[in-house]
Amino acid sequence: MKEIRIHGRGGQGVVTSAELLAIAAFEDGKFSQAFPFFGFERRGAPIVSFVRISDSPIRLRSHIYNPDYLIVQDPTLVGVVEVTSGVRPDGMVIVNTEKEPEKLELEAEAQVRTINATKIAMDVLGRPIMNTALIGAFARATGEISVESIKHAVMNRFPGEMGEKNAEAVQKAYDMMRG
Amino acid sequence: MKIMEGSHAVAEAVKACRPHVISAYPITPQTHIVEEISRMVADGELACEYIRVESEHSAMSVCVGASATGARTYTATTSQGMALMHEVLFNAAGLRLPIVMTAVNRALSAPINIWDDQQDAISQRDTGWIQLHAEDSQEASDMIIQAYRIAEDHDVLLPVMIGMDGFILTHVYEPVELCPQEKVDEFLPLYEPTQYLTPKNPLTFGPIVDPSMYMEFRYMIHEAMGRAKKKIMNVASEFRDKFGRYYGGLIDTYEAEDAEVLILAMGSVIGTIKDAIDELRADGKKVGLVKVRCYRPFPAEAILEAAKDAKAIAVLDKNISLGHEGALYTDVKSVLYNKGPLALGFILGLGGRDITKSTIENIVAKAQKAIESGRVEEESEFVDLDQEVL
Amino acid sequence: MKLSIGAVTEPGSTRINKTGSWRTFKPIIDVEACVGCGMCSMFCPEGVVYEVEDKYTIDYDYCKGCGVCAHECPSGAIEMVIEEK
Repeated sequence: MKEIRIHGRGGQGVVTSAELLAIAAFEDGKFSQAFPFFGFERRGAPIVSFVRISDSPIRLRSHIYNPDYLIVQDPTLVGVVEVTSGVRPDGMVIVNTEKEPEKLELEAEAQVRTINATKIAMDVLGRPIMNTALIGAFARATGEISVESIKHAVMNRFPGEMGEKNAEAVQKAYDMMRG
Repeated sequence: MKIMEGSHAVAEAVKACRPHVISAYPITPQTHIVEEISRMVADGELACEYIRVESEHSAMSVCVGASATGARTYTATTSQGMALMHEVLFNAAGLRLPIVMTAVNRALSAPINIWDDQQDAISQRDTGWIQLHAEDSQEASDMIIQAYRIAEDHDVLLPVMIGMDGFILTHVYEPVELCPQEKVDEFLPLYEPTQYLTPKNPLTFGPIVDPSMYMEFRYMIHEAMGRAKKKIMNVASEFRDKFGRYYGGLIDTYEAEDAEVLILAMGSVIGTIKDAIDELRADGKKVGLVKVRCYRPFPAEAILEAAKDAKAIAVLDKNISLGHEGALYTDVKSVLYNKGPLALGFILGLGGRDITKSTIENIVAKAQKAIESGRVEEESEFVDLDQEVL
Repeated sequence: MKLSIGAVTEPGSTRINKTGSWRTFKPIIDVEACVGCGMCSMFCPEGVVYEVEDKYTIDYDYCKGCGVCAHECPSGAIEMVIEEK
C-alpha cells in the first residue's frame, strides 16, 4: 500500500486533489481511498487530505502519519504546520514553489522535488489554482498513477473547457517534471 | 464497481428505494447526502417530494406526517440537528412509522466540534428507533435498502436510523457497488401501510392515552423491537442472496473463534481494528473482533454467544454517559453478568480524535494484562488523553 | 497551555495567526500615483490598509491578497504582483 498526504490551504483544492488521485488510481485498476481532514472550514486555513492506493481492498481509516509521498501545495505552510512530519526516508516530497529543492528548508530525509505549479496554472488557466498541475507533476515524479487516468478524472470532474484546460495543466506539469 | 464519495453512495441507495417524501435540513457533515438528493430531485432523476424546512425538528415532523399518509420517507441529520429532533423521534417510533434516517455521527457542543463520534446517535438510544451502524460506504449505502425492508415489515413497523461516521465515511472516496434499480425493486416492494391517513377514511394519529393503557403501548413497541432482531438477520441474509454482499446479522465477527482477547466496537473503526488484528495475529496473539451492526435492539444473545469462550473483551465507545462509562460497555457488561470473559471499557475517538492501529494494540495489551492478573484494574478509561493540558 | 473550564477564551487570539501567508498575489501601492482618497482603506475587507501622512500603507502580516483595494483604487495606483514563496 502507498500512502500520500497533501498539505494546502482551504480553497486551494487540497480535498479535490486527493479525490482526483484516488479516482485516477481506481481507473488504473487499483483499490484507492481518499479523505480529508478539515480544520475549520474557511478559506486559507491549513488543510490536510489523505490518499491510500493498494492492490487489495483498503480497510484502514486512520490518518496518514508516515506517508510514502507528500504533496505541499503551499510552501508558506512550512513552519506553520509540520508538513514533513513522518515522511518515509525512502519517500518523496513534492513542493509547489519556484525555488530549487535545496533552497527549501525542509527537514526530511526523503527526496525533495519542486515544481512551479502556480506559474503553470497562471499560464494555462489564468488563475492561480494549481492543484491539477501539481498532481500531473506527481504522476511523473512517482510513476504511481498514469497521467491519462489523471487527465480523465480531471475532465470528468470539471466538464467542458475548464476540464480541458485543467487537463492541459496536468500534461504541462507532467512534461516539465523529470521522471 | 465505481469510486465515489460515501455520501453519494448513500444518496444513490435512497434514490433506488423510490421514497415519496424527503425532508431534511443541511448540517455538516451530513450536507453532501441531502445536497446530492436535492440535485437528483431538481434534475428529475428522482420523482419525490423534497420538502425544505427551517429546522431538523420540522424535518422529522414532516417525515412523521408524510409517513402517516403511507408515504415512504427519508431524512438525514447529525449532532445538534439530531438533538433538535429528539422530541419528534419518540413520536415517530410511538406512532409506529417506518421512517428511515441516516444518522451521520458527529460530536455534540459545547465546545462546538464538527468531527466524528457517536454521542449523537447513542443519545437517541431510548427513542424507540432501531439503530444500525455501518462499517464502510458500501454498508452505509446497502443498509438503506435493508432498513426499509426491516422498518416496513408488519411485524416491526418501527423507524430505523443508520449510523454513518461523519467525514470518515461521509467524505471518503472509495470503491462501491451500487445496487441495480430492477434488483432493488424486486427486493423492496412498495410500502403497504396497515393504516394511513386519507380524507376517504379519517383516522386520528396520536390521541392521548391514559395510565390505564400507556404501558401496554410501550410494551407493544418493546415487543416489536424484539421481533426486529430476527427480521434484521433475515433481511441481511436475503440481501446476500440477492446482491452478494453480507456484513453479518445483528453482529459480525472477525477472527473471533479462538480469540482470547475480543475487541467489541461499531462503525468506521472496524476496518482499522481488522488491520490491527491481522498484525497481532501475525505476532501470535489470539485477538478477534465483534462488530456491533445493530445497537438497538441490543443483540445480547449474539454477543454472549460470540464472547463466551474469550478470556477478555475490550469494549470501544466513541461516546460517554458522563458520570458513568461508555454506553456500549454498560450494555456488554449487563449481557456478561456472572458469566464469560473479563470486560474492559475504553472511551476513545471523541470529537474526531484519530484512532490508529497502535491505539488498538495498546488496548489489546491492557486486555492481556487483565487476563494475566485475572482482574480488571480500571473498568472504564479514556484512551490517548493529553494529560499536559489538563 | 492548560485548558480553561468550558473552553472559555480571551479575545484577540487570532492576532497570532498571521493570515498574510495565505496570499498568492500581493498588493503594491505606488505612492507617487496615490491621491490619498482612502478608497482602498474603506473597501479592505480585512481592515489592514492604513492612512500614514495622507498616503496609505498595507499591513502585510494580515493582508490576504484578495485584490479588492486594487480593484477599487480610482487612480490605478495599486498593482497585484505574484507573491514569491
